[in-house]
Amino acid sequence: MSSRELILGRVRRALADVPRDDTPYEQAVPRGYLREHGARSVAETVDLLAENLADYRALVHRCAAGELAATIAGLLAAHGSASVVVPAGLDETWLAATGVTRVPDRAEDTSAELDRVDSVVTGCALAIAETGTLVLDGGPDQGRRRITLVPDHHICVVRVPGQVVSSVPQALERLDPGRPLTWISGPSATSDIELDRVEGVHGPRTLEVVLVSGG
Amino acid sequence: MSGTFVGMPAFPEAAHEAVNNPTLRANLRHATHTIRAKRAVAVSELDDWAALREAGKQIKDHTLRHLDRYLVQLEESVTAAGGVVHWAADADEANRIVVELVRATGESEVVKVKSMATQEIGLNEALEAAGIHAYETDLAELIVQLGKDRPSHILVPAIHRNRGEIRDIFTREMSEWGRPAPEGLTDTPAELAEAARLHLREKFLRAKVGVSGANFMVAETGTMMVVESEGNGRMCLTLPETLISVVGIEKTVPTWRDLEVFLQTLPRSSTAERMNPYTSMWTGTTDSDTADGPRTFHLVLIDNGRTDTLADEVGRQALRCIRCSACLNVCPVYERAGGHAYGSVYPGPIGAILSPQLRGTQSEIDASLPYASSLCGACYEVCPVAIDIPEVLVHLRERIAEGGPVTREGNKAVLKPAKGHAAERAAMRAARWAFGHPGALRTGQRLASRTRRFHPRTLPGPGRAWSDTRDLPAVPAEPFRDWWQRTQGGKDVPK
Ligand code: SF4
Repeated sequence: MSSRELILGRVRRALADVPRDDTPYEQAVPRGYLREHGARSVAETVDLLAENLADYRALVHRCAAGELAATIAGLLAAHGSASVVVPAGLDETWLAATGVTRVPDRAEDTSAELDRVDSVVTGCALAIAETGTLVLDGGPDQGRRRITLVPDHHICVVRVPGQVVSSVPQALERLDPGRPLTWISGPSATSDIELDRVEGVHGPRTLEVVLVSGG
Repeated sequence: MSGTFVGMPAFPEAAHEAVNNPTLRANLRHATHTIRAKRAVAVSELDDWAALREAGKQIKDHTLRHLDRYLVQLEESVTAAGGVVHWAADADEANRIVVELVRATGESEVVKVKSMATQEIGLNEALEAAGIHAYETDLAELIVQLGKDRPSHILVPAIHRNRGEIRDIFTREMSEWGRPAPEGLTDTPAELAEAARLHLREKFLRAKVGVSGANFMVAETGTMMVVESEGNGRMCLTLPETLISVVGIEKTVPTWRDLEVFLQTLPRSSTAERMNPYTSMWTGTTDSDTADGPRTFHLVLIDNGRTDTLADEVGRQALRCIRCSACLNVCPVYERAGGHAYGSVYPGPIGAILSPQLRGTQSEIDASLPYASSLCGACYEVCPVAIDIPEVLVHLRERIAEGGPVTREGNKAVLKPAKGHAAERAAMRAARWAFGHPGALRTGQRLASRTRRFHPRTLPGPGRAWSDTRDLPAVPAEPFRDWWQRTQGGKDVPK
């Protein structure tokens, strides 16, 4: 007998007490919890996102669509970056004001090559206000998962209010489970040494979020 | 389970040692109290906490009650998404499968995401024996691995180490394993974390094989999910060409939507954050034009005592556990005894009910674990999936003392009553401990009052002979101590 048959057989014997007409999933799981917490206007939801991002030590910037290129150029300069990874589908105008070397996100590049790049600029799939979370789904303006992981500086652009949802349930509704998903809430952190929080053990040590409106 | 713990003394002796170690007790007290207070704040932000907890409980219960169906569905979804599913009845088989999978890649090292399942089966030791180096990449696991030590907490495995000890371990051991610690390393957490970053980065960048567990597996879609803080998980899950995930069969949930419950309750219960810094979700392998993440994905589903646990109608609720560690942080026994005293990878209240079920109660340590509690009920109150740990503890105590039907490796057996006075002795030692610690006793009594309508009229376990011929005295509605404090001995009853 294969282990598969063995284990499934054991499971079935172990569940001999469960009646055949046991309550079906739809009725067994009560969904009395909230779809979002508290009543907020759209503007308040965006404010909450900014607040929660900052609370987890992301650096939050806000600008209008027309100022985005200048904002990104300023952030790259302030960080002292000489090179930036660019996802294939990133809006070209976003990097129009900076002269730093662009490194395209290519499948054949090794992790070690990526490690030599200073920054990465991406969009996102959506952002969750209640938890201060950015969600990337590998879309054309976000690229492969590793490009937002290996470089030490990540600039993520969120279109507000269009890409902002209030809560985790609203986020899952809008996401496609077939895509590779990365949820980011603040920069990499550890509390393993006497529970003192230290940023940036392995992921980017600096996470900057640009909330761009009117785009 | 892992051979690491073979020869462990039973809980009372191990706990005795820990209680007499002042550094350990201070570390534990600081850590558990800090997380406990933060957790309460994080939970109070959600006014539907009770409803989320109930939904989490029901999702897991429903899945467990139909686990055969959901496992088959999961297998189909993962396969359809390009993954390969393997089934392992016990630790040896799981280790064999992983060793063969790594060998087939031609590699001799793997990078690992922190995973309790792989600790449970002793995977690192098995890989080492096969000539394959397994590098733990979670900072705390790295500290434990370099220190040739064992984890002592589910969430912060090196909770028993302070910064000076960590500096010494890094300075002494890092060079044995790769990039040495920087010259003149001090004991500030930032410098220690930086040393770990440099040491591990060289391993991540060349790694061809990653090994992980998973927090959840979605039957409907075949999606796997890992939550973490540091980014080491993302490194192991996305950089290598081959990813091998070793996961207990009980980690299944039916639908994608179910994650909305656990993504709210797990981070808040565990690190007391609104959301942990990183969560990765992947479904099989992505197609070749996107080439995002590993090209090959293997899922090893492990039983290793889980189906035996499932066969126990009272005890099976332990399989709902989502390993948040909230119960450890509130447990007065864990706070004093520390994680090592439990002699298993699952410490604290959940360890006290899970380990003896997964491993059986033949060994002295496993027979003593259900007594490692004051039954104060704090663990039940914080548990995000509402596992009634005290209920299972009492059930297991009765099983050990009186014997009765059990399932071992799928076969029905009858457990003999514990020999001689072993159970009684264990109970008495635990009682002596509780009476020596008035705080724990007080909470225990409070719980006894609150739950008194559930109390049996006869004593479970070795007390039965005594209570066969007597009625147990009823537990008063309020413990005497509480009444005294509230009324100052009856002088000041509020009107
Ligand atoms: S038993 Fe409950 S509280 Fe304890 S680790 Fe498991 S889920 Fe968390």
